[in-house]
Amino acid sequence: MKLSTYIAKRTFYVIFSLIGLSLLVFILARVLPGDPARMAAGERAPEWVVEQLREQLRFDKPMYEQYFYWVSDVFHGDLGYSIVTKRSVSIDILEYLPASMELIILAAIFQIAGALILGAIAGQFSFKWPDNLIRIFSYVGISIPAFVLGIILQLIFSWWFKLFPTQGVLSPGVTRPPIATGMYTLDSLIAGRFDVFLNVLWHMILPALALCLGSMMQDARIIRSGMVENKDKDYILMAKAQGMPERRIMFRYLFKPSIIPAVTVMGLDAAALLANAFLVEIVYYWPGFSKFGITVMLNKDLNAIIALVLVMGIIYALANIVVDILVAYLDPRIRLVERGE
Amino acid sequence: MGIKLLGIRQISSRFDLKRKWYRFSRSPLSIVGLVIAVGSIILAVGAPYIAPYPKHAGLFTNLLEAFQPPSSKYSFGTDEMGRDVLSRTIFGFRYSLTMAVVVLGLVVAPGVITGLIAGYYRGSWIDTVIMRIADVFIAVPPLVLALSIAAVLIPSVFNAMMAVSLMWWPWYTRLTYNIASSLRNEYFVQASEVIGASTFHITFKEILPNCLGSILTKVTLDVGWVILLGSSLSFVGLGAQPPTPDLGTMVAEGSKHLPQYWWISIFPAVAISVIILGFNLLGDGIRDTFVEEAK
Amino acid sequence: MEFETRLLRRQNNRVNQLLEVKDLHVGYKTYMGKLKVLNGVDFTVHQGEKVGIIGESGCGKTTTMRAILRVLASNAVIDGGEIHFRGNDVLKMGKKQLNEMRRNNVTMIFQDPTAALNPVFKVGELLADVIKYSANYGKEQSSQKDIREKSTDILKEVALPDPERVLDSYPFQLSGGMRQRICIAMSLATAKELLIADEPTTNLDVTIQDQVLRLMKNLVEKRNLSVILISHALGTVRGTVDTVYVMYAGNMIEAAETEELFSNPLHPYTQGLLKSVPKLTGAGFSEGIKGRVPDYMNPPPGCRFHTRCDYASDICRKEKPQLLNVDANKHKVACWLYGKK
Repeated sequence: MKLSTYIAKRTFYVIFSLIGLSLLVFILARVLPGDPARMAAGERAPEWVVEQLREQLRFDKPMYEQYFYWVSDVFHGDLGYSIVTKRSVSIDILEYLPASMELIILAAIFQIAGALILGAIAGQFSFKWPDNLIRIFSYVGISIPAFVLGIILQLIFSWWFKLFPTQGVLSPGVTRPPIATGMYTLDSLIAGRFDVFLNVLWHMILPALALCLGSMMQDARIIRSGMVENKDKDYILMAKAQGMPERRIMFRYLFKPSIIPAVTVMGLDAAALLANAFLVEIVYYWPGFSKFGITVMLNKDLNAIIALVLVMGIIYALANIVVDILVAYLDPRIRLVERGE
Repeated sequence: MGIKLLGIRQISSRFDLKRKWYRFSRSPLSIVGLVIAVGSIILAVGAPYIAPYPKHAGLFTNLLEAFQPPSSKYSFGTDEMGRDVLSRTIFGFRYSLTMAVVVLGLVVAPGVITGLIAGYYRGSWIDTVIMRIADVFIAVPPLVLALSIAAVLIPSVFNAMMAVSLMWWPWYTRLTYNIASSLRNEYFVQASEVIGASTFHITFKEILPNCLGSILTKVTLDVGWVILLGSSLSFVGLGAQPPTPDLGTMVAEGSKHLPQYWWISIFPAVAISVIILGFNLLGDGIRDTFVEEAK
Repeated sequence: MEFETRLLRRQNNRVNQLLEVKDLHVGYKTYMGKLKVLNGVDFTVHQGEKVGIIGESGCGKTTTMRAILRVLASNAVIDGGEIHFRGNDVLKMGKKQLNEMRRNNVTMIFQDPTAALNPVFKVGELLADVIKYSANYGKEQSSQKDIREKSTDILKEVALPDPERVLDSYPFQLSGGMRQRICIAMSLATAKELLIADEPTTNLDVTIQDQVLRLMKNLVEKRNLSVILISHALGTVRGTVDTVYVMYAGNMIEAAETEELFSNPLHPYTQGLLKSVPKLTGAGFSEGIKGRVPDYMNPPPGCRFHTRCDYASDICRKEKPQLLNVDANKHKVACWLYGKK
């Protein structure tokens, strides 16, 4: 099938999942014990305040009606009203999300670059010490939860070796550049403050590493397996037999088929960074959506929670689609072969 | 047709245990995993007897001895309430493994059964319905899903377990479905159908045994995943609440006192990683032993 | 013409020897131990000669061929022996010389055309690479258009219809026969002296086999190539080559001119082999050879065939027989039945 059809199919599938997710959380939130209106108003609020709130937030209507209103709101860009911050959730998210996104993007870049390089090294030196070392790291990497890694990195490289800042996004005394996109890196570049840009980057390195190290090692292993497996394949041996220079064989003929199985996993891992960012941000006091998220979760701010979940879901879905497109582009067999599945 | 009780020797030969052990033991990493896993279970089960200061695992305060660094008296030091970190960590094993056992116990059977049903009736509406529902859960990254569900519940260990269970079963459905549906059209299944074996028989006696290897592998690896998720939830504050000595909660509490009193956070943090590492290695070893190499 | 070649060969045996393999030992390292496959292979190819190698699957034919071009799998070990191409020892060649040999002198066609073509590249791209790195190596690079033209010409030479479409296709979109033709085209894109064809038609449909074989014969005639043809189909070999070598368990055990071999097999294995071909006329079943192919991990000492041989004697179990002349260069056999007395 054509690439466009493929993308359309995937998009539809993903949207379907999102709907399911939103429905699930929506129902759960309303079904469970506890009176959300009461929780929102607070323990000491008089009954009429609670009533008013209940009406305002539409908690008194039947569930399907609530859902319907909510969906239409979302399409209008209104994600609801946050009880905690006392303003529209959309604004909250716009304020906090960009900072998280830049952290995630940097981590994704680290992850992909690291996986490719380490995987190639491990593949080239398979069964020798670089390979074994990477293998051990990958076992360890996947076993350490993101927040644990965050704490350990912070302890070693921030506290003990003082190489990186411990927390936050800007050193004390450095002012935040005027807000254009909400991303500290972009904003500082737009404002022409290169020094601020560097400062932000310096703060980003440890959290980004904590985010991606585990997945990076895992992906490196997959790439390595791909290379080792394909190294002895006939089409590589034939290229050798034709006298093609070794460099070209490695970087073109071996590389492309070897990374294809890895791309899917790398994409999924990159998307999963989203969730782990939540944890790592807490450790490093990064001004992203984690602080907001935790506050609303602990305070049962239902609207905010659902909106947050929805946004995370959408981002994840988009990332998945991008990965699917990439894989289809790299491996012609996937996009061109459509025989009775 | 009753149930045959098998003796140890019969079980050993039926499942070819001796050869599988030989194969398993060839990989040193798998043995390491096994040792860690068994060690964790022992610690978890015997926590009240193994921990030097079992009372410290609950409500206990001894502010005179708070913030002590690791010493001969308190091997892992004490925390901000004067409690022995080592004892609490040992009890932490108990909470983590209990969670894993509960969640997996709840989730594996329904997941596998739905997967078998969907796989057997592949192509029909039963298949579509079951798998679409499962897909919804699978499409979302585990942590996001866990957070979403736990977020709307009152934070507690129990609720955390429920949240994780609710979102976990579809993975077993998907796993079993994949194997079952690929076996569906194998000759041995069709042969059984031809001689009139009942659906029940085919599903449980023919298809299921072929899935066991993969299921066992996944269960082992999942112990690690569940503990990872559970401790993440606790860290965020949505799981076990203080003073419960859940490892994640301990890390969160201890993180306030970094870096001077690093031991309060680090030991539980390392403990989490070690448990997960152990079960990951063990799971890999099981996969290499039990799952047929399709080379 | 043929008589003259034979005469020439007998007269200056050494002079127009193209390829000589002497006492080649090759093993494969596996987790469970070393597979000692090649046990001292001897064979020779003269200029203009067409040599066939027959033997069961697994006897080491492919290993020997790959050793000649040094494109063995990465777990292969060359334990001893020499391979002389035009007097130069291939096993001692440096990278540069080796690649030159691969580009200009020797070429190989692999058994499975599907495996031999890199699945993620279009045929045009693969062919262009061959032209760029083999034909044009070191010389000034041709333009895109020229390369395209040359590719089309090459494809026409192997009788592929609609070469333009083929160039823009991926290998998996083409049939098996077409893929093998492409491989043939690639191997003969530049002028070569020696063509090694490793079971070129075994993986093709029976109806296509004949076509491809005839195509190869034409090309060989046109370009005056020396050939090593490997097959386990006796019929294919019989109608095509001048000399036949019989291989068993890592040794060349018999060699003779084609008709001589088929009418007068000397080695017990060859006799058994020829007897086991089912005859379409006459009564009775054909006989097989008793016993099984030896285990390369622990091969039998002495002559590797002695465990299945009806005529085995003491010396067969102790010493390996050499491939020796028994009829003034017309027939060679490695068997103690004909050994030095």
